[in-house]
Amino acid sequence: MLVNETQTTPAVTMNLSLEAGSLFDPADKLGLSYFLARIIDRGTTRRTGDEIAETLDLRGVSLGVHVTRHRLALSCSCLSEDFQPVLDVVADIIREPACLEEDVITRRGEILTSIRQDDDNPAVQAIARLMALLYGADHRYGRRGKGTTESIIRIERAALLGFHQDRVVPATLSAVIVGDVAASAAVDTVARAFDGWHVTAAPAPPLNAPEVATSRRRDVLTMMNKAQADLAYGFVTIPRADPAYHAYWLMANVLGQYGMGGRLGNSIREQQGMACYAFCSFEADEIPGPLVVRVGVNAANVDRALESIDGEIARMSAEGVTDTELDNSKRYLTGSLPRTLETNAGIAGFLQSVERFDLGLDYDQRLPSLLDAVTRGQVNAAAAQTLSPERAAVAIAGPYEDQGSTPS
Amino acid sequence: MNFKGTTHISRDDVKGIVDRHGGFWNGYTWIDQTTYVETATRDALDQMLFIEAERMSSCLYESADCDSERTVIISELQGGENDPDTLLDIELTATAFKAHSYRHPTIGWLPDLETMTRDDLYEHYRRYYVPNNATLVIVGDVEADDACRRVERAFGGIAAGELPLRMRTTEPAQLGERRVTVRRDGTTAYLKIAYHAPPVGHDDFAPMLVLDAALTGAKGLSLWNSFRGTPPQRRSRLYQALVERRLASSVGGAFAPTAQPFLFTVSATAATGMPTEDVEAAALSALDAVRDNGITEPELDRAKRQLRARLVFENDSVTNMAHQLGFFETVSSLDTYLGMPARIQAVTISDVARVAATTLTASNRTVGWFVPE
Repeated sequence: MLVNETQTTPAVTMNLSLEAGSLFDPADKLGLSYFLARIIDRGTTRRTGDEIAETLDLRGVSLGVHVTRHRLALSCSCLSEDFQPVLDVVADIIREPACLEEDVITRRGEILTSIRQDDDNPAVQAIARLMALLYGADHRYGRRGKGTTESIIRIERAALLGFHQDRVVPATLSAVIVGDVAASAAVDTVARAFDGWHVTAAPAPPLNAPEVATSRRRDVLTMMNKAQADLAYGFVTIPRADPAYHAYWLMANVLGQYGMGGRLGNSIREQQGMACYAFCSFEADEIPGPLVVRVGVNAANVDRALESIDGEIARMSAEGVTDTELDNSKRYLTGSLPRTLETNAGIAGFLQSVERFDLGLDYDQRLPSLLDAVTRGQVNAAAAQTLSPERAAVAIAGPYEDQGSTPS
Repeated sequence: MNFKGTTHISRDDVKGIVDRHGGFWNGYTWIDQTTYVETATRDALDQMLFIEAERMSSCLYESADCDSERTVIISELQGGENDPDTLLDIELTATAFKAHSYRHPTIGWLPDLETMTRDDLYEHYRRYYVPNNATLVIVGDVEADDACRRVERAFGGIAAGELPLRMRTTEPAQLGERRVTVRRDGTTAYLKIAYHAPPVGHDDFAPMLVLDAALTGAKGLSLWNSFRGTPPQRRSRLYQALVERRLASSVGGAFAPTAQPFLFTVSATAATGMPTEDVEAAALSALDAVRDNGITEPELDRAKRQLRARLVFENDSVTNMAHQLGFFETVSSLDTYLGMPARIQAVTISDVARVAATTLTASNRTVGWFVPE
């Protein structure tokens, strides 16, 4: 548990995260963790769903329950005066969700509608298909976190309670409290709320690194009812614990983040006027994470945009970054840290990362020197090692057709 | 076009000045105002002021940049059209208004985007980007007198302009229910019901804000950040009537502070297989019940408490504070903003009943369907 006292507003943010993400879904029940996230706050063995809703709604609290590949997180902000009753409810939700049959039916229907909405969303489709290309459709990173229509229909109450029993356990709970509350009071409140909670996690399934790509892969989903196409283009990179992490971060910043989308944004959006967005993201976790380029483009410009991405990737791989670009990105990432830590929610998210990757509570103090120590050679080595148009995965969804297109 | 370089900042440099200080900058425009926001470390204040002064007075509007930005904007418009909900919202708003310019989507209509000239753009820029039509807000770790001196240095040489004429056209009262149906390939049906609603300066604004909270959950007052995410809404009338009854997978309300009367809009995503007419019937039944009977004391209390909390949450950063001060001074007045918490707390149950009775009428509403084919 981590607590950070702030006094900007009379409010507190709580962020409670557990190792219960979508990679723990059984192969025949994809979407199980997502389903649990949708139902976990609808009633417990001690409180009805209406009682929980009334407690939170009355205080203006919107509890977010989010699932990533690795984590299930519950987070919200409340007024300082409401900290204890809200934390009590959140702890109850984590410990003993009821998952009543009638709620299972209602939430299943919502999820099925959401999946159908995703089916009609080119951006969601492009990303999902890219992850399947990068990791393999059966890999725990390549599967769809929300599941499929077929898998969601198969999920019953017993499976939800079983997943909760196996994965929502105290050993992986990371509680971060940030805001206008005394640290001692926050610790006491959390300790009381989770007192007597003893559950052991089931063994975690193995999580293998993906195979190294040796060729270019491409997947096109034709959606002729759409006005614009979404491109997702990417590579598998490194795990978070890799010493080259900060070099990769800087490389990604130069490539597709600094300014308005880095080199990619400058070329595709600013110079050529082809897309409303062009940028890249980079994430690293327990296993090598993805570097993903995203571009939204008119169907007539898909091939041109792809050529431009290939060109920027090849240039970055061959020539690396300039001294000026590296200096700018270092200054940007260092200078943006205070903004990241400006709000209670921002601090809470940062501290969760610190805890998850064992970065040390002084990470915010060390980060500037860690970035500053990265050399141009290290950034260029990261680019050369990872970026290659010949080994890229490319997913396109939208009003675009080529050979081998999958009709929508 | 106002990020494309100025007399003293080259096109390639304009984005780096603040970024080198770890800064964040962006801009957006909606129906009443255009806002530019920059946040960076304290030592970048002069650079931020320099950029904004240049943006106000010295943008170049090169023809080649206009051409390339035109395709970017068209791409943005088409990206929005990929979303059925956005598509329906544009059609609904255009149907709800006949005379007022609020009927136009902020991003514009495709034929206009394809044909507007560089001179059209530049004329608009010169007419509106004058210091006497702007509000500058600085929030953060600065000393006020020093900050004002720096502002004077940066902006003092920019001449005032002739204030642009304000819109004089007002929307005539709606005489009967309007409907619009968008049919397109898709997977999901969407429903929207919009009512003409009071502007931020009107006495009925705060009661309407409370009414929206009771119907769909309180959002807050910040266009910049209050409408992201889901509001506290599980006990709200429409969530109970639509989502808990499995008619819709989600429901939301939109009621924003505007200079002139705009819309209170309810949006719902129909549950898979649920006929849109059933969703509409249930929504109208709940809305009509509030129109006829108002809300209860517990609902009033919950709505006020929600709004009190949301107004705290939406002011948790210097960026958010600066946005709210500038936004309200532009669309109404600073006093409107500072007085809003007291106005909300003063709302009575009869105030809410009055605005519900006058706003949620059949002749004041426009109903929109997105029908997937």
